[in-house]
This record gives sequence, C-alpha cells and structure tokens, in this order.
Amino acid sequence: MTKENGAPGGHGEEPTRRDFIYIAAGGAAAVGGGLVAWPFIDQMNPAADTLALGSIRFDTAQVEEGASVTVMWRGGPVFVRRRTEAEIAEAREAGLNSLPDDLARNDNLAASAPAVDANRVLRPEILIVKGNCTHLGCVPLGPGSNTGDYDGWYCPCHGSHYDTSGRIRRGPAPENLPVPDYYFEGGEESTIVKIGLSPEEAASSGWQAADASGAVA
Amino acid sequence: MSGPSTYKPSTGIEKWLDSRLPIIRLGYDSFVDFPTPRNLNYWWTFGGILAVFLMIQIISGIVLAMHYVAHEDYAFESVQRITRDVPFGWLIQSMHANGASFFFVAVYLHMFRGLYYGSYKAPREILWILGVVIYLLMMATAFMGYVLPWGQMSYWGAMVITNLIGALPFVGDAIREWLWGGFSVGQATLNRFFSLHYLLPFVIAGVVGLHIWALHVPGNGNPAGLEIKDPKKDALPFHPYYTVKDGFAIIVYLMVFATFVFYMPGVLGHADNYIEANPLSTPAHIVPEWYFLPFYAILRAVTFDIGPIDAKLGGVLAMFGAIAILFVLPWLDTSKVRSMRYRPLTRWFFIFFVIAAIGLGWCGAKNPDDPVPLLGFKFVYLAQFLTLYYFAYFVVILPVLGIIEKPKDRPASIEASVLGNDKS
Amino acid sequence: MMTRIIAAAALALGLSAGASALEGNAHAPEKYEWEHNGPFGTYDDHSVQRGFQIYQEVCASCHSMNLMRFRNLAQRGGPFESEDFPNPNDNLIVMQIAAGYEVQDGPNEDGDMFMRTALPSDAFPAPFDNEQQARASNGGAYPPDLSLIVKARSGGADYIRSLLLGYEEAPHDAHLSPGQYYNAYFEGGAIAMAPPLSEGIVTYADGTEATVEQMAEDVVTFLTWAGDPHMEARKQMGIMVLIYLFFFAVVVYLAYRQIWANVKH
Repeated sequence: MTKENGAPGGHGEEPTRRDFIYIAAGGAAAVGGGLVAWPFIDQMNPAADTLALGSIRFDTAQVEEGASVTVMWRGGPVFVRRRTEAEIAEAREAGLNSLPDDLARNDNLAASAPAVDANRVLRPEILIVKGNCTHLGCVPLGPGSNTGDYDGWYCPCHGSHYDTSGRIRRGPAPENLPVPDYYFEGGEESTIVKIGLSPEEAASSGWQAADASGAVA
Repeated sequence: MSGPSTYKPSTGIEKWLDSRLPIIRLGYDSFVDFPTPRNLNYWWTFGGILAVFLMIQIISGIVLAMHYVAHEDYAFESVQRITRDVPFGWLIQSMHANGASFFFVAVYLHMFRGLYYGSYKAPREILWILGVVIYLLMMATAFMGYVLPWGQMSYWGAMVITNLIGALPFVGDAIREWLWGGFSVGQATLNRFFSLHYLLPFVIAGVVGLHIWALHVPGNGNPAGLEIKDPKKDALPFHPYYTVKDGFAIIVYLMVFATFVFYMPGVLGHADNYIEANPLSTPAHIVPEWYFLPFYAILRAVTFDIGPIDAKLGGVLAMFGAIAILFVLPWLDTSKVRSMRYRPLTRWFFIFFVIAAIGLGWCGAKNPDDPVPLLGFKFVYLAQFLTLYYFAYFVVILPVLGIIEKPKDRPASIEASVLGNDKS
Repeated sequence: MMTRIIAAAALALGLSAGASALEGNAHAPEKYEWEHNGPFGTYDDHSVQRGFQIYQEVCASCHSMNLMRFRNLAQRGGPFESEDFPNPNDNLIVMQIAAGYEVQDGPNEDGDMFMRTALPSDAFPAPFDNEQQARASNGGAYPPDLSLIVKARSGGADYIRSLLLGYEEAPHDAHLSPGQYYNAYFEGGAIAMAPPLSEGIVTYADGTEATVEQMAEDVVTFLTWAGDPHMEARKQMGIMVLIYLFFFAVVVYLAYRQIWANVKH
C-alpha cells in the first residue's frame, strides 16, 4: 500500500492496521486457493491401485543361459538375462573411461556408484535392467534378434548400443539402462527375485557398492 | 478501425434487444459493416478457412466421443467399430482425422502469410501472440488426439514426447510420472488425454474470440502493409465483399479436403497405427504426424552437449525454443516496413526460411543417419544446418536486415497501391 | 490416379507411411493392377468370395480376424450381399457359413459355459485363445490378426501379394533359424510363416483354377475388403460431394465476380 494508492480510509498515511487487514484478507484468499488447487493437481499422480502393482516376483531359474526374458513391471518391460561366461568377462573388461555414462544407475546403490559391472548385478550370471531405452523409452532388441555392436541390446529407434551389462556404449541414449531395486527372496540358494522393494527389504537386500576398480570396500 | 457503430435496428424486436443485449450490433459491426482493406489477396482467406475447420473438428469430435471408449483394452477396437458399424462412422472418423491435417495446413499458410506481410508488427503484437497461443493449443490438442486411437504410433508417439519431459533436471521424472498417472503411458494417461482433448478445442475457440477481437481493434493488415486512412477509398465493408471471397476460398479448400476424405483417407496416417498399441514392441521408426516433423527434426538435430546442458535436454530446449521465439518476433524484427513486397533483400531470406521449414519436415521424417539424396551427407547434418538457419532468421537476419536494408518506395495509400500509381 | 500421384509424391518426400518399410534390405513390393484401385474401382465380389474361402481353409488355422463378424460378409458392399436379404443377419449363405462353426456362449442357468452353433452376429472364431498360446504353437512367432493387415503394412495390398508370392531359395549369406523361411519382401528376409499357398491347396467352389497367383490375388482382395469394407460407399459418396462442391464453387465464384465487378483490387 503506497501513499498514492488511496485505499478506502487510507488518507495517504503510513501502513495502517486497516491496510494490514486487507493484506491478510488477500493472503488468506491466496492460501485457500492454493490449498484447493493442490488436490486437483495431485489427483493426476499414480493412484493407489497403480501403486499396488509396485513389486513383482520372478523365478530366474526359467531363464536359459544366454537368453533374456522380458517381464512387465510397473507398466514397462524389465529384462532378466542369464549371462554366459564370455558375456560376464566382456562386461568386466570394459574400462570405466570407455563408458559414455560412468554411473551405475542402480536403484539399490548410491547415485554416485561407478558403472563397473559389479555395481550392475547382484549375482554375476543374472543381469536385471529396466527395458526402456534411456533415450526416448523404446524397447531395445536383445538376444534372439539383435544384440548390437556390444552384444547386449540394440535400440532400433535411434540406434543406441548397450553392452552385456546394459550400459550405453554408442548412440544417442544418455544413460545406462537403470537397474531396478531387487533382491533374491529367501537367501543364497533362492532363484526367486523380487523386483520393487520396501525400505526394510532394501536394507537386507545384500547389495554392496564397489569402487571404480570393481573391488567391494 | 472500429469506428462508431453504423447499426440501425429496424424492427421493434431488434430495438428491444439492442437496448438489453446488443449482440446483433456486435455481429453487424464485426462481420457486416466492418471496414476491410480492399486489397486483400487469397492469402487472407485462411482465417475464415481455419474457423470452418475448428467447427468441423469440434462437431465431428463431439460425435466421435459418443462412440469412443477411452480404455486401453477397448480404445483401438472402439475406433474400428466406429468405422465399421456406426452409421456414417467411416465418414466422420475420416473427416476428423484428415481434418486435423487440413487444419494444420491452413494454420501454417496463415502463419507464413503473417510472416511475409509483417502481420505481427505494431500495433498487432497481441494479435500475433494470441495466434501463437492458438497454435500451441492446437499442437497439444492434436498430440493428445493422436494418442486416442491407441495404435502403435499413438502409444509410442506419446511415449517419446512424454519422455522429453524427463530430460528436465531434478523435476523431470516427477512431472513425467504426474503426467502419466502411472509408471509409463497407460490407462490413466489415455483417459486424461481424452478428457483434455475434449476440453482444449473449446479453449481454442475462446482464444480465437480474443484473436478476432484483437484483429478488430487495429483492423486487418494487408499486402501493402499500410493502414486504412480513408475508409471510403481504402476499405470495403466485410459483407458482402469478403464473405463471398472467403466463401469461395473455403469451398475450394473443402474440395481438396473431400478428395482426401473420400479417396485417400489413410494417406496422411501411418500403417503402424492400424496395429493395436503394444508396450513390449517398438515400431522400427517412430515418426510423429507430419505437422510436427520440423520440430521433431530440431529436437534430433542437437546431438552434442552445450556446456552443462546435455544433448537430450538441449534438443528439448531447442524444440520448445523454436516455438517460443515466435512470441518475441514482433520485437526482433527491427524494420518499420511491414510487407516484404517492399523489402527486396529480406524477401529472399524469407523464401529460404520457408524452404528451411519444409526441409526440416523432410529431415524429421528420415532416419538421421541416412544420407541425403544428391548431397550425400547424413540427414542429421542437414537438420543441424536448417535448425541454425531457423533460429538465425529470427535472432540475426530480421534484426540486422531491418537496420541495413533500404526498402523500396511504398505507395501513399491502399487505394494508390490498388490503382497502380505506386510510385507516388 | 490422383491418389497414386499424391502417394508417389509423398513417398518421394518420405513423408508418408510408405517410406519407412522401403528402407532396409527388403524388396519394394511389386505393383499390381487391382480392380479396386482408383477413384472408381470396386471390389470383385467373386474374388472376395474366393479369398474368403482361402482365408477359411488356409490362413484361419493360424491367423485370427477379430474385427470380422459373419454378418459383415452379407452387409452392403460385402461379397455375399443380396437384395433378398436387406438385413445381413438373415442372409442364408452367411447363416450357413456361420453354422459351420461352434462358439462358446454362456453361462447357462447352471453357471456353465457351453458351445453352440455360430450365428451371423458372431465374430470369426480365433485359432488361439491368446497371444501366448499363438506363440507357443508357432515357434515363438505371433501370426498377426488379419482384420486390418492391408492397412497395417506399408505397401498395402501390393506388399501382401508380393509377400505371399515372394518365397525363394535363401541366399548363402542369409541367417535362417530353424522354422524360418526366406522371403525377399519381408524386412530382414527371415519369416516364420511357411509358404502358405501351393498349387491346388484349395478347390474353388466356383470352379476357378486355383493357381498360386490366383489364390494370392483373391485372398489379398478379400483382406483389402475386410480392412476397408465401406470403400465402395465412400467412393460413391465422394463423387456426389465433389460434384456438389464444384457447382457450389462455380456459383459462389460468379457471385464474387458480380459483387466485385466495380471495385478495383
């Protein structure tokens, strides 16, 4: 409220109690408007039934060596791949500096974990990654059709090549295929993997971050 | 040019109504007696054509919504049922799908006309900006409408475009999930797109009302780029002169439209959209509808990081920037001369701008790694060059040419330009 | 012809659907003079009838046509359309065709599903219950639904015909897995569908000689009709609309000339 403003009864004086009341009334209206708006914005977020499908179980024993199985999780594909010895070796040999994206992109580990193969898998033979290209969300092709120049996956949309650890090696995709949060349910012997974990399960999942040399601290 | 009203209510009912709700007076002043420059050419008929197509889209769309089912399991089948079992459904569906394309053809010609004749210059900046707002709303409406048939291109087009939002730093993922209503494009997305696709055309109609209001304050521009000085000499009443001229153009345009609707209803569509959406199988080439191709080419032209901005975000910013720059165009063009008739140099840059826009559309339809016919280098390089020109036209060419170019002599008035004694 | 010219122009610019499939290593489909091409083209009803027989006896063992109902065969523009039966559901030929199939219905009053004879209003029965079953029975490949197949493949009818006739000896550098066949018109060359047509695989009810070429033409004509059953009505209405618009345009143009006669512009 400036002097020129001439609010009713303002008489061009310093801010008065009356001005304060007007400001408070306007503020109350703004707060009320904001509070009413929020439910109308938030309703667009995933609903309870959608969230309920947040985790799935899958028996990795049914995946043959060298093959990749696609399972649906949260409306999108997840690749479960049983890697051959050669593929594991290939993934371990790739140096960090040869990777366009040097972060592990693993939901089980800290965001800063380096993209060494040890940070991409819980068991070396089983690789689990989300199956949407990090470029624009297409589903890359894999074993059985086209594994690309790095023997992992090849995205036909814009030509991204992923290696046997699901890491981007060439093409427009900016990031490695993300690893969803998962663990083997029932300990060492179990082949049942649960994807999508509660905080308690995540704490006992057995994931440990490795450093850039691949060694676990 | 909206001078004093010349409406004279003749009957008792009109007088009664005029003193309560002067709606006949508004219509009379806006569309009957409205003084319109006498020198408008056929490029000025696209406004009327656009109004007709907005109506075609709204009416056919409301009818389609009576039969359409917005569910991921039934949407595809319900559209097929419309074309197979609903009486005249094949006609109405074809009108709506092709109508979108013809709407965009008309809007692009309307925009190019505005660019050539300087329709965005003072005092018509607001008129131009409202036009750009309409264009943005049209793009949003068309994008969501294309998702509704739930074919492969519908689904994957939606996937690619919504994933662009994920490129935004920090908030991208949250906004994307909010937009989807789930963890990917799915039932919730389809349902809300249907809701918004139904709503937005009415918002467009509202902004069109503002657009016409903003047109009727300064009056029409014209090919000579001059204002009406003497309405008796320079202008004609809108009716019957321009109602009949617009009417003729609308009918001719409808003939082209009918040729597509009846004889090649699928030419502008994509074969993959006759396959039901499948989240597990990506089409080999995801191509948006033709009217988005230039922007798709700009999106893909940014293949390099710019400082802290990675290539993906850079592409998104360039794509939105290509539209956003239209908002500030009235202040970028420094020339006081409106019509490019009298700007011999700029005219050539404009012609190349049109070629660049069409060329970007071509790049958008092609695989960026394929070679350009005759030229031999990859399409992505052509797209980069044309993108550069697109932006340079607005931020370098128009500002600089406006200062250094010596325009041709302009006629003294609209009447003089029509009567041929240009060299006054 | 207009269609062809514009489609060709669109192809040249790569703006239309057609462009994408012609990239890659597949042969461009062979052009064929279909009777239903062009602005006045209509379906050859006898060819559609024979094509339906091919679908029934050959294709239907693997391919569904989920959007098709038996009544469609008798509707306006359909192959068994008859003036005697304005309501396609009463068409005797189609009732007879439908009666050759059993479909599941129910539940009955005991709550059980039961099988009954198909009616004209029923859908063509699908060979498999779902995609998984179809894949399991076909070595992992999924035989696509044929209701819209002509529209859903760039190249349309020409492509489907070329594909059906395009089986050949695999070149030495082709990678074929077990259960795959070489077809130069198919993207990648390796197709899981065995050559479906062979001399005399059907005996046509109307006595036409069942050569492979003839069968391919017939079945593609049938599939084109199935994907676009209202084409004839569409083209007929198009002529009327264009004639009307033309005269309307002439009259309005004359009015325009008259109104503007004394105005220089």
